[in-house]
Amino acid sequence: MTVTATRAPVEPARTEHAATRANPLRFVILGALLALLLIVIAPLLIIAINAVKSPADYAGGGPLSLPTHLYWDGIVDFWNRVNFGQKLWNSFITSFVVAVLGVLLSILNAYALGIGKVRGRLWFLVFFLVANLLPQEVLVYPLYFLSKEVQLYDSLISIVIIFTVIQAAFGTYLLTSVYQEFPTELLDAADVDGAGKVRTLWSVVVPVSRPTLGVLFTFFFIWTWNEFFLPLVFLVSNDNQTVPVALGVLQGDRLMDATMTSASGLIGILPALIFFLVFQRTLTRGITAGAIK
Amino acid sequence: MRRKGYWPFLIPGVLASLLVIVVPLVMTVYTSFTKWNGVGEQRWIGFDNYTRLFEDSLFWSSFSNILLLILAMAVVPTLLGLFLAAVLFDYVAKKFGNRWASLFRSGFYLPQIIPVAVTGILWGWILHPEYGALNRILDTIGLGSLAHNWLGEPGSALYSVMGIMIWVQLGYPIVMFMAGLQRVDPELYEAADLDGANWWQRFRKITVYLIRPEFYVVLVTTTISALKIFGPIFVLTGGGPSNATLVPSYFAYKNFFEKAQVGYGSAISTVLTVLIIVLSFAFLRLQNRSLK
Repeated sequence: MTVTATRAPVEPARTEHAATRANPLRFVILGALLALLLIVIAPLLIIAINAVKSPADYAGGGPLSLPTHLYWDGIVDFWNRVNFGQKLWNSFITSFVVAVLGVLLSILNAYALGIGKVRGRLWFLVFFLVANLLPQEVLVYPLYFLSKEVQLYDSLISIVIIFTVIQAAFGTYLLTSVYQEFPTELLDAADVDGAGKVRTLWSVVVPVSRPTLGVLFTFFFIWTWNEFFLPLVFLVSNDNQTVPVALGVLQGDRLMDATMTSASGLIGILPALIFFLVFQRTLTRGITAGAIK
Repeated sequence: MRRKGYWPFLIPGVLASLLVIVVPLVMTVYTSFTKWNGVGEQRWIGFDNYTRLFEDSLFWSSFSNILLLILAMAVVPTLLGLFLAAVLFDYVAKKFGNRWASLFRSGFYLPQIIPVAVTGILWGWILHPEYGALNRILDTIGLGSLAHNWLGEPGSALYSVMGIMIWVQLGYPIVMFMAGLQRVDPELYEAADLDGANWWQRFRKITVYLIRPEFYVVLVTTTISALKIFGPIFVLTGGGPSNATLVPSYFAYKNFFEKAQVGYGSAISTVLTVLIIVLSFAFLRLQNRSLK
């Protein structure tokens, strides 16, 4: 399923080996792993089967029985009650804009630090590293206060600005190390052709580093989508909430029964699952490429 | 050296970082030396917030809770993940094929991609005292006496959160370590086989030794995320019951937005920040030294 970069090259030599030693142990190990996997994904399965169960069905059979028939009303009711389409749109547009702007800002910073090697770049890098480490709690109150001063409180714009900068701190750090290794011949060739710094950036550096930029874009999108703390503080009105905030504040709501809670869980998981499947290749490559977060 | 005059490209990044990171950071540190409710005037009180902090039993218990969460979010997943990654890479992939190894990896990684709010819904529901699935399961298999208000009793709340966090974190080390193992030269394993080393010896002498870089990265990043933990606590327990699951970031949040003690909240988050930065740089030094 996931990226399998190196197909174990030793496989042919092993098969014979394994055949002679075909013992029950290998199936015990496989069985143990399958049991562990089942434990890990059981919560998701339980949510999925109860999300499509009618309340009567649930009351009769409990949480573990399979639904007698597929019942979509729980999901539809929940969707309409929280106006889920709106939340999806809010999450999507913030994550998308943050990913685009965050990648742009990372490119500019990394171009100056990694390729331009501006003076004091080590200190800039230390700064971006520290910015990555900061807990959001240490920034939240001044940001809250300042955003109120400039009328950006409870607005998606404030979230976009803040996360663009936060994600770009990570992006700068990662991309600078990539750009430090950038092939000098390409830069020299661009020089010879008389391309300026801006032209070189857009027509040489960006196209060559597109795979890394793709990984960054994916990361920024998913991270922003899943962000909870700052959106919780900043997006107080219903119409501005993102998916995680809407689901988070509904927790423990008295109007939520068991099946509707499952339904809300399921439709919260689905977008994440879709991104996971869509971005899987980039993501597995990326997690291992620069794991600072 | 020849490349000069690139600094203009830094201007947007520097301005934006000043606005969103430097200025707020400085304001929080300044505020930590004042008494302020968020609207009126800020009054300078020197180190009073900090002396109060170090005498506050809630502050200390929030840090001892964090130690247990580091165990659940960093130590256990890293060790368990190391073992599972080695089994998947070195045993399952070879005896059953890469498809199986990839399948397990994706499955274990799944909890990592779920938004924290959904994790809260998921587990809040499974552990619910009345209609939760776990108590129902215990009932069905005749262990009804073990049924609990898992997240609602001070005695079990933190352990329940720890269990959930192990579930959340486990996939990350597995993916990282399996990627690290791709670097390992298969001939090393062959040679160890010829020398008659058993699986456990190979695991200790080769696997663990060779993926030390990944090991450090995973341990540092998971420890930092444990120190910063907020979302899971907010959605699972709200720091309760009776502060049994209070953590520093949630403690700061309560002071900022519920109690309007902004100065005190700033002191808490300043201490947390200093701790994280000191720890990270200590880790970095340690890592550099051991990898040389």
